Amino acid sequence: MDFSLSPEHEMTRKMVRDFAQKEIAPVIKEYDRKQEPIPFALKRMGELGILGICIPVKYGGAGMDYIALGLACEELEAVDTSLRVVMSVHMGLCSLTLLQWGTEEQKQKFLVPLARGEKIGCGAFTEPGMGSDVAAMTTTAKRDGDYYILNGEKMWISIASLADLAMVTVKTNPAARKPSEGLSTFIVDLHSDGVKTGDIHGKLGVRAGSTGWISFTDVKVPVANRIGEEGEGFKITMSAFDGGRYTVASGAAGLVRASLEASVSYARTRKTFGKPIAEHQLIQEKIAKMSQDYEISHLLYLQAGWLKNLGKRCTREISFAKKFATEASFNAANEAIQIHGAYGFSDEYDVERYLRNSKGAIIYEGSSEVQVLIQAGYALGLREDKPLRCEPPAYDEKEWQS
Amino acid sequence: MKIIACIKQVPDSEAKVKVADDGQVTWGEAPLVINPFDEYAVEGALQQKEANGGTVVALCIGPESAKEAIKHALAMGADEGVLVSDTALEGLDSAGAARVLAAAINKIGGADMVMFGRQTLDNGSGLTPPQTARALGWPMLGWVGQIKVEGPSGSVQVERVLEEGRQSVKANMPAVLSIVQSIGEPRYPSFMGIRKASKATIPVWSLADLGISAPTTVVSRAEISNPPTRETVCEFITGETPEAIAEALAEKIMAEKVL
Ligand SMILES: Cc1cc2nc3c(=O)[nH]c(=O)nc-3n(C[C@H](O)[C@H](O)[C@H](O)COP(=O)(O)OP(=O)(O)OC[C@H]3O[C@@H](n4cnc5c(N)ncnc54)[C@H](O)[C@@H]3O)c2cc1C
Repeated sequence: MDFSLSPEHEMTRKMVRDFAQKEIAPVIKEYDRKQEPIPFALKRMGELGILGICIPVKYGGAGMDYIALGLACEELEAVDTSLRVVMSVHMGLCSLTLLQWGTEEQKQKFLVPLARGEKIGCGAFTEPGMGSDVAAMTTTAKRDGDYYILNGEKMWISIASLADLAMVTVKTNPAARKPSEGLSTFIVDLHSDGVKTGDIHGKLGVRAGSTGWISFTDVKVPVANRIGEEGEGFKITMSAFDGGRYTVASGAAGLVRASLEASVSYARTRKTFGKPIAEHQLIQEKIAKMSQDYEISHLLYLQAGWLKNLGKRCTREISFAKKFATEASFNAANEAIQIHGAYGFSDEYDVERYLRNSKGAIIYEGSSEVQVLIQAGYALGLREDKPLRCEPPAYDEKEWQS
Repeated sequence: MKIIACIKQVPDSEAKVKVADDGQVTWGEAPLVINPFDEYAVEGALQQKEANGGTVVALCIGPESAKEAIKHALAMGADEGVLVSDTALEGLDSAGAARVLAAAINKIGGADMVMFGRQTLDNGSGLTPPQTARALGWPMLGWVGQIKVEGPSGSVQVERVLEEGRQSVKANMPAVLSIVQSIGEPRYPSFMGIRKASKATIPVWSLADLGISAPTTVVSRAEISNPPTRETVCEFITGETPEAIAEALAEKIMAEKVL
């Protein structure tokens, strides 16, 4: 077994790290305080190819693999969660779903501009009245000739007000035998008539990221924009979460690392009782825990990335990675604040932002409670991965780079 | 147009120099990176390639590990890389490095321009570029912030960024240039470049390949010591009004004889 990263992975990591450290780190506090997205962030991520990192070259992407995606997310979130959130929805929920379930035509029309960063995508599943219970959604789409007519509202949608396209799951058959069989997924142009978007303010964290809502009033969506078959929406949404959760997991590993690095550097310089606090065992215990949690988070997402490269469904492994790393990132940030004492309580240091940013990931893309249900389901044999009509595509270096 | 960018691998800028018991400098376990000043040379070379067509070769003297610095240049967009590596090259001084580089440049088949960073992060003498120009017998254009290649006459006009101001200079090609920050921020590696770099085979030339003997080292370090550690005291100046604070600050500055 070889645990080493390839030179490509190392260089990818360095490139994304340099970008985030040089261009985002100097301004992040300012935008987090203002509760505004960094205006140039999406554009730069597009120019650098990050927005299409693991999409085949023939679909406008950079042709790297899923491990490269994970490493990029780790580096982005080590600077700020808002950057990784972009990857979770633009890449995880939207682009990777198109890659798995889209027709060749849909890939050419929608995936290519997304991968090139010319268009921004998001994923809209949650509604004001439902989150975890996906099958309970009430936004509807009614077939009318060559169109579907969408009505309803999606809520808590990351980058809703910045995106051009949304992967949206809605109810097409309210009379379905099982509610989950009555859902369908569409790629919706957010510039269409009847679409409105807005931002939610007053969030605990991810304040330099946009989180918003999308309302649909008699929005005409061409039948050609339906992803998969009618009634396949639930399965497609679960695939989308496999992609999204992987980015959340790898990003959270970066957040653990950020808390660890901040803690190590502070503990070495701050002195109490005549010595650096790094020499007090109670502080060492916290740092040791962060460093172990980083290692575990890192290995768990690399395992998932490796399985994704092989084209294996890995909902279970992604769930382990997502739940562990997001909870570890919250704990690490919390302890990092403790290590910083009163200074950690101020936004002069980054660690309070890490704590505020970490909490969301324990709720979104399947809350920790939902992850427990998934994990228990696999462990008890109550849940199995039945074959899908469109399986996640394995990474094939030749094909992806030609 | 053929451009050679000379690059060196150096310890990361965060590295702390230590003077070991034998009086020699060590950088500890510091990560090694492409000399940050040389990234501007690669950037300048790539800009000229884009403007005039041609190829960029990244040339480096160093141990096997220095291939990483070459790969960085390849990932940025350089077309080829060459490493000169030989155990006889340890402790090389700038004049020796210049001789070796000149031989390598000739073996590559010459160039229209050879670009350097203005200095290295480790030695920092800034002497290698002019000494290489001397060894090649080419004009030397130092501290260049802008480059314009002119017509078929084969001359290059540059703007030199000096403390006193800017200076416009023209020289015939081939020429050696040392490049400063005003050339523009070095680009990040692209994913395509990263893939190309990670698959590239980088030829390694020994002194025998270059057909030269090991240069004798004429400059060696007699003694090295760390600068005395500075005691820093932080003092907050308070006052009723901004004017009062400013006055107190001015008095402090005078008393400390800073001005
Ligand atoms: C910053 C942020 C960004 C987001 N971005 C997006 C996005 O881009 N797209 C999108 O579609 N959504 C997004 N969401 C919404 C997110 O996915 C939902 O909030 C999440 O699915 C939980 O749904 P809910 O908030 O409705 O909570 P509920 O589903 O109402 O759950 C409430 C609580 O009950 C628990 N719970 C629910 N069911 C069970 C059960 N069976 N057993 C035990 N406990 C249970 C939950 O874990 C939670 O603790 C985002 C949310 C946030 C905070």
